[in-house]
Amino acid sequence: MAVHATDEARALIRSLIEEHGPLMFHQSGGCCDGSAPMCYPRGELKLGARDVELGEIEGCPFYMGGDQYELWKHTELTLDVVPGRGAGFSLEAPRGVRFLIRSDVCAPSSRG
Amino acid sequence: MRYASPNTDGSKVQYASRYENFIGGELVAPAKGRYFENVSPVTGKVFCEIARSTEEDVERALDAAHGARVKWGKTPAAERSAMLNRIADAMEANLERLAVSESWDNGKPVRETLAADLPLAIDHFRYFAGVLRAEEGSMAELDEHTVAYHLKEPLGVVAQIIPWNFPLLMAAWKLAPALAAGNCVVLKPAEQTPATIMLFAELVADILPPGVLNVVQGFGVEAGKPLAQNRRVAKVAFTGETTTGRLIMQYASENLIPVTLELGGKSPNIFFADVMAKDDAFRQKALEGFAMFALNQGEVCTCPSRALVEASIYDDFMKLAEARTRAIEPGHPLDTDTRIGAQASNDQLEKILSYIDIGKKEGAKLRAGGERVKLPGELEGGYYVAPTIFEGENRMRIFQEEIFGPVVSVARFEGFDQAIEIANDTLYGLGAGVWTRSMHDAFRAGRAIEAGRVWTNCYHLYPAHAAFGGYKHSGVGRENHKMMLDHYQQTKNLLVSYDENPMGFF
Repeated sequence: MAVHATDEARALIRSLIEEHGPLMFHQSGGCCDGSAPMCYPRGELKLGARDVELGEIEGCPFYMGGDQYELWKHTELTLDVVPGRGAGFSLEAPRGVRFLIRSDVCAPSSRG
Repeated sequence: MRYASPNTDGSKVQYASRYENFIGGELVAPAKGRYFENVSPVTGKVFCEIARSTEEDVERALDAAHGARVKWGKTPAAERSAMLNRIADAMEANLERLAVSESWDNGKPVRETLAADLPLAIDHFRYFAGVLRAEEGSMAELDEHTVAYHLKEPLGVVAQIIPWNFPLLMAAWKLAPALAAGNCVVLKPAEQTPATIMLFAELVADILPPGVLNVVQGFGVEAGKPLAQNRRVAKVAFTGETTTGRLIMQYASENLIPVTLELGGKSPNIFFADVMAKDDAFRQKALEGFAMFALNQGEVCTCPSRALVEASIYDDFMKLAEARTRAIEPGHPLDTDTRIGAQASNDQLEKILSYIDIGKKEGAKLRAGGERVKLPGELEGGYYVAPTIFEGENRMRIFQEEIFGPVVSVARFEGFDQAIEIANDTLYGLGAGVWTRSMHDAFRAGRAIEAGRVWTNCYHLYPAHAAFGGYKHSGVGRENHKMMLDHYQQTKNLLVSYDENPMGFF
C-alpha cells in the first residue's frame, strides 16, 4: 500500500510547511470529520506502538492506526484537497479547504 | 408547508450579519478582530460571519468562567435546577425559530429539528434539572467515634468541544449535566455549524449568571486546541473523530485531567429471519428500521450503516427495503414534507462520494442511489446525496469505516452466531440494532454485541435517562443519564473524628 498526492495537495502542503514548519499526517477514523486525514505540526500527535507509517508526502510522514491499517492495506491512497469547512485540529481548516483521501484497490501483486 | 428561508420576509429567523463570542454574559469581539464566513449547506451560500477566536479569547473565557466558578458551585441545587428549567422554557418558547436555524445551518430537514432535535434538547435540560434535585452523597459510621461523609463537588471549569451533526442537541447533552453539577463551561461549537448556539446564548444571557456559560467560536486548530490544552480546565468533553480524540486525551494527560469522548461507530443493524414471519405492523417497523441509515443524512455517530440480514429472508426483505429507501428523496430542508436534506458541508459531500467510489472499486454491488443529487433553484449549490445501498462483505472498507452519509452496506448472515461475529467485527462499539420477534434472541444478541447502545426492535431513539456511549474505539464515558453527573463531579470525603482524646502516636 502506498500514499500518493495530487498536485493541489502537494501545493497546499508546501504552503502549510511555510506557515507551520514540518508536518505530519494521521488518518482518522470515526464520526464527524473522521475517515479523513488530519494534518498537524510534526510531533504534535504522540505516536504509539500500533501506528504504521505508510509513506511520505513532500517530506511529511503519513501515519495510520495499526488496526485501521489492517483493513486498508489492500488499497492505494491518494491525498487530495477539496473546498470545505473541516475538521478537528487539522491545520488546513482556516484556509477553507480540507484534505481528503481517494482510494483505489491495489493490483494483487502489490497488496499488503 | 415551507418555512421562509432565514433573512427573508416573514422568516422565523433573522440572523445578524456577524456574531461575536459569548463571554461573561456578554457578546465580546475576538481579540484579533478576525471572523470567518458561515455557509448554509442548503444553498452552499454564506449567510453570516462568526468570531474567529484564538488563544487570547480562550483565556478571556476562562477568566470569566473562573470568576463565576466558586459562586456557581455553591448555588443551591434548587436554584440551579430552576435555571435549567427556565432555559428549557425559553427554548420551548422559541422552538420554531431554533428549529429553522438548525435546519439552515446544518442542512437537515426542519421536520427532524421540530420533531427531534429541539424537543430532545429541551427535555435534556428538564431531565438534569430533575435528577439534580434528588442528588445526595452518603455517610458511613466507621466506628463509634468516626464518620465518613461523602460529598459531591463540581470539577470547576470544564471545556466542551461539540460536533456539527446535531449542533444544539449536542450542546444540550454536554451543557445540561455540566451546569447541573455546578460547573462553569467554556464551549467550543463546531465551525461548520456555529449559528444556532448564538441564538441560544441570547436566550440564556438573562437566565444564567455571567461567566457560567461561555461560547468561544472558531477553528479547531486555533480555538479548540488552546482550550483542550489549557491548564485551567478541569476536564475536557469531546464528541468527534478518533484522531482528534487521541489528541484530546494526550493533552489531558499533560494536565492530568479526565476526559469523556464519543468518537463514532459503524453500527450493525441485525434483521433476524422472523421479522418477515408475518406481514404486519412489526414488519413495517423493521423496514423503517433498515431505512434509518438515512436519518439526519446519515450524519449520526450511531448511523445503522451496516445492515446484517439473515440469509433465508434476504431477497424478500431487501426487495422491500430497497423500495422503502428509494422513496426517500432529498428536498428543500425547510419544507415540512422533506425527509432528507443536505449534507453539512462540501467536504462531507466529497468524502461520501469518495466512499461510494471505493465501494464500487472493491466490488460491492450498488443497489440504490450512489450519486450526488442536484436540486433546482436556490438549492442548486447545496450538498445533496441520494440514499445509497451497497451489498458486499464485512471486510470491505465501506463496511469498516464511518462514511457519515446516507449509505448503508448490507451483508447476509447464516444463523445467530455468525450475526454476532460479523456485528462485532469492527473497531467501534457505539450503537447496534437488533430486530426479532423472539425475546430470547433479542436478549442474547443484545448481551453479545459489544456496543454501548443496543436498540432492540427500534432505532435512533435518544431519550434522556437511557445511558449512551461507546465500547472500543467509540470512546469513553456515558451521556444522557444521571450517571453523567458523576463525570462532572469529584468526591470529597470528610473523615471526621468525634473522639476528643489523643490517639497515643506522638
